[in-house]
Amino acid sequence: MPDSFIPSSSELFRLLPEITLTLAATLIMVLSPLVKDREQNALGYVCFYGFLAALAAAVASHFDPGPAFNNLIVVDGFATFFRVLVIVVGILTTLSSYQYLRRENADSGEYYALLMFSVAGQCLMATANDLIMIFIGLEISSISSYVLAGFLRNRRQSIEAALKYFLLGSFATAFLLYGVAWIYGITGSTHLMVIRSALAGRGAQGPGILLAVAAALIFVGFAFKVSAWPFQTWAPDVYQGAPTPVTAFLSAGPKAAAFAVLVRVFVTAFGPISNRWEPLLWISALATMVVGNFAALAQSNIKRLLAYSSIAHAGYVLVAVTAHSEIGTAAVMFYMAAYALMNIGAFAIVSHIGRQGERYLDVEDFAGLGERQPVTAALLSIFLLSLIGVPLTAGFFGKFYIFRAALQADLVWLTVLGLLTSAVAAYYYLRIIVIMYMHEPAETTADLPPLSGGLAATVWCSALGTLLFGIFPSLILNFAGNSALLAR
Amino acid sequence: MTLLNLCLALPVAAFLLLLMVPRGRPGLSRWTALAASLVIFAVSLGLLLGFDRSTGEFQFETNIPWISAPPIRYHVGLDGMSLWLVLLSTLLTPVAVLISWRHIATRVKEFYAFLLLMEFGLVGVFVALDLFLFYVFWEVSLVPMYFLIGIWGHERRIYAAVKFFLYTMAGSVLMLAAMIYLYNMAGTFDYGLLMADLVSGRLELGHAEESLLFLAFFIAFAIKVPLFPLHTWLPDAHVEAPTAGSVILASVMLKMGCYGLVRFCLPMFPTAARDNAPWIVLLAIVGIIYGALVAMVQPNMKKLVAYSSVSHLGFVVLGIFSFTQLGLDGAVYQMLNHGISTGALFILVGYMYERRHSLEISDYGGVATPAPNLAAVFLITSLASLGLPTLNNFVGEYLVLQGAAKANFAWAVFAAIGVILSACYLLWLYQRAFFGEAGDAVRSHMSDLRPREWAAILPLIVLMVWMGCAAQTFLPPISAVNARIVERIEQGVVVQVRNVAPVLGEEAAHAR
Repeated sequence: MPDSFIPSSSELFRLLPEITLTLAATLIMVLSPLVKDREQNALGYVCFYGFLAALAAAVASHFDPGPAFNNLIVVDGFATFFRVLVIVVGILTTLSSYQYLRRENADSGEYYALLMFSVAGQCLMATANDLIMIFIGLEISSISSYVLAGFLRNRRQSIEAALKYFLLGSFATAFLLYGVAWIYGITGSTHLMVIRSALAGRGAQGPGILLAVAAALIFVGFAFKVSAWPFQTWAPDVYQGAPTPVTAFLSAGPKAAAFAVLVRVFVTAFGPISNRWEPLLWISALATMVVGNFAALAQSNIKRLLAYSSIAHAGYVLVAVTAHSEIGTAAVMFYMAAYALMNIGAFAIVSHIGRQGERYLDVEDFAGLGERQPVTAALLSIFLLSLIGVPLTAGFFGKFYIFRAALQADLVWLTVLGLLTSAVAAYYYLRIIVIMYMHEPAETTADLPPLSGGLAATVWCSALGTLLFGIFPSLILNFAGNSALLAR
Repeated sequence: MTLLNLCLALPVAAFLLLLMVPRGRPGLSRWTALAASLVIFAVSLGLLLGFDRSTGEFQFETNIPWISAPPIRYHVGLDGMSLWLVLLSTLLTPVAVLISWRHIATRVKEFYAFLLLMEFGLVGVFVALDLFLFYVFWEVSLVPMYFLIGIWGHERRIYAAVKFFLYTMAGSVLMLAAMIYLYNMAGTFDYGLLMADLVSGRLELGHAEESLLFLAFFIAFAIKVPLFPLHTWLPDAHVEAPTAGSVILASVMLKMGCYGLVRFCLPMFPTAARDNAPWIVLLAIVGIIYGALVAMVQPNMKKLVAYSSVSHLGFVVLGIFSFTQLGLDGAVYQMLNHGISTGALFILVGYMYERRHSLEISDYGGVATPAPNLAAVFLITSLASLGLPTLNNFVGEYLVLQGAAKANFAWAVFAAIGVILSACYLLWLYQRAFFGEAGDAVRSHMSDLRPREWAAILPLIVLMVWMGCAAQTFLPPISAVNARIVERIEQGVVVQVRNVAPVLGEEAAHAR
């Protein structure tokens, strides 16, 4: 029993990013009815500065690491890394949403509030050290994401996306919760460290099958969130139907947070039984890469294509999780950061090309971009080359670190097959470059306005990040490497 | 900053400079590219002056950390083999700029920018002494070539560009896996340290392990060489690429594969190389004869030259896998020869295409009448390519055949058939295109060489003669490098590479 029910200041400090985000989001909700409809977009600024404050808080809390609230959360390097990552994703999403909402006549404060709540949930996931806390973070993040996916409520696709996401998502979280209950039954706790020591003490005896079922149930919940095979089917529909900035957000933020908890749960809590779940993840990783990359070959809608690509990338990251080593964890961290940057950049350009009502989303609509807007085309090429994994881009080092971790864990076949599927992937990314530069210019790019405002800021920041971390990966990697040793 | 770093930095600087040239100024882009590439060539000639030719050691070394964990270093250096390949790249870049002067009329700025980025990648590949850095340059050189073919190529350019990219990519991911595997065993990507570990036995590879690693590297290189039957991307890429693209592709890019074989496959995995040599040599010989036969029946000039490359590069692979000093010397020399003479052939075919807008041999005939100079230059180049004594290819082919004969006489016999066949297809091409009655179309279109065209081709002609008559200018540094490789392959003795090699290099030079 704690001495007092009033949390100490250092505990509050460790939770400061979440508190900041929640307060800012609440402020937006309060202000929203008071602001005229035409001026709703001003709330975007509140959101932006709120995120900046949360970013500062997340960085500051790194200098006072440790557990808080009865060990329910823990601030370590790993948590800080993912907190900063999801907040940066939030900032970039805010920047790219600003013009989008205006264009679609959907300006409203709720959008920004939901975005902030979602990021708050993801921050909580990153710091959570207890299965119940993870579940709460996941739900905060997911419920806001469901609404965001259906935010353009006059568009059928958007509604469809939201409904699908919601139904399948809640189904998956139910599995997760059921798994948590089993784990509680087996080990008597929901706290990750306690589970770990219980499993380590029990060894190979005991009700092995119960444990396997519990781990599998929990994996189902996470696999859905990271869109891993066989729970990836929602991703293409949801990514296609959701408003483009939200798609970018979904592919970066919730996914990063879900990988953070996946790593934390499987590497720390389930670490002692790694030989049980390793084959499971091995199969899932390989199948995810294969399904994602091969299905993407046949896509002509750019958002759908990027959705399958996002599935494939989840597969690569799962390879690093399967390795369950320190460098594997560092590889997950680096990859999620690299992937967030390149994917948000790519989606921002897609949203730019799509224009009002997202009319131009066929890959053929990119024809002639290389001539009409060489800079935009060059930036998109950087993102695509990074997604392929060409050296001097962040995506290359991401893949390199992942497969290095895999080889070190003796996952030779997974590495070889994974690398070969990534060579297949080059084809569909190249197709976009081919269309941009080598096809006859289409009418669709003729009256394209230049990149401007928040969208331009998003794209340039992502591009510079992609190149910077591609040439000097040590900037992130050293931090990731130092914080990859999770609290056990 | 050593001259070598300058050779790497300047192309990037020129690339960025070109990107800043305003879009509507094609003339300015051309002159900037020409000036930059000439400056880079001049700087690279400086390498020649400061190069100690008697040793097989790496010179102009720079070794600074790039990425801390895993330890990846910016480690570059030059030995006798890479010296010439770097010079070949820096020489052919201004040539490529010159031959594209008129030919490239759209998106001029981007074209030259990609050409210089390409140069960066190519020079980098030949000087990288860190496996990881090598891979980075290897892939970096892929991207500009993909754009060069895909944007400025002929009708089926997209198919060719994508095929080119995917073939190379598929091979290189395996190489990457092998590199990481080696790293996980040895804890370093550094070529020198890895070699020292392998030679001294600190790093011991199991038999199966070595074979698989060898194959992973070998397939990546064999695709690039290209070795029969992995060559199918090459005719497509060559035919569809713009002239400058074909020249760089044939003259320098294919050498990346050959260079990789000599630099990495042989010394790092000597046992596996020896075990696998028989079937590799068989493929090389099949490639020599098959390439020549297919070249003979091509109605398209560019395709003919492309298949002749498959045939010529078969010699290179044969020489490498003969594991003899002569064979290896010949192979490396042949890499340079092929770069010069096939590059020149592509340039000349390009000149003809610019005038007549056709690559079909049947559209020509009697070209020697309206364009005697062009005909003369073409003849010299063809003779060089088919291996006439006193011209460059003869030296390389002779050394390869002698080396192959020493290893297995039958190999030399079959490979020699390729030499005969190359005379057939080249002379037959020459006869059909340049002799006979000149039709009206040929008469009106085929003007003779212009000064700019002379400027591009003349250095190559001079080199053909020089390399044919005075091979001693070029061979000693190459032999010094190869002596170490032969030593490593044949005896597999535990030696400290760094101490023994210079002596061997000198001996080899004296023995000649």
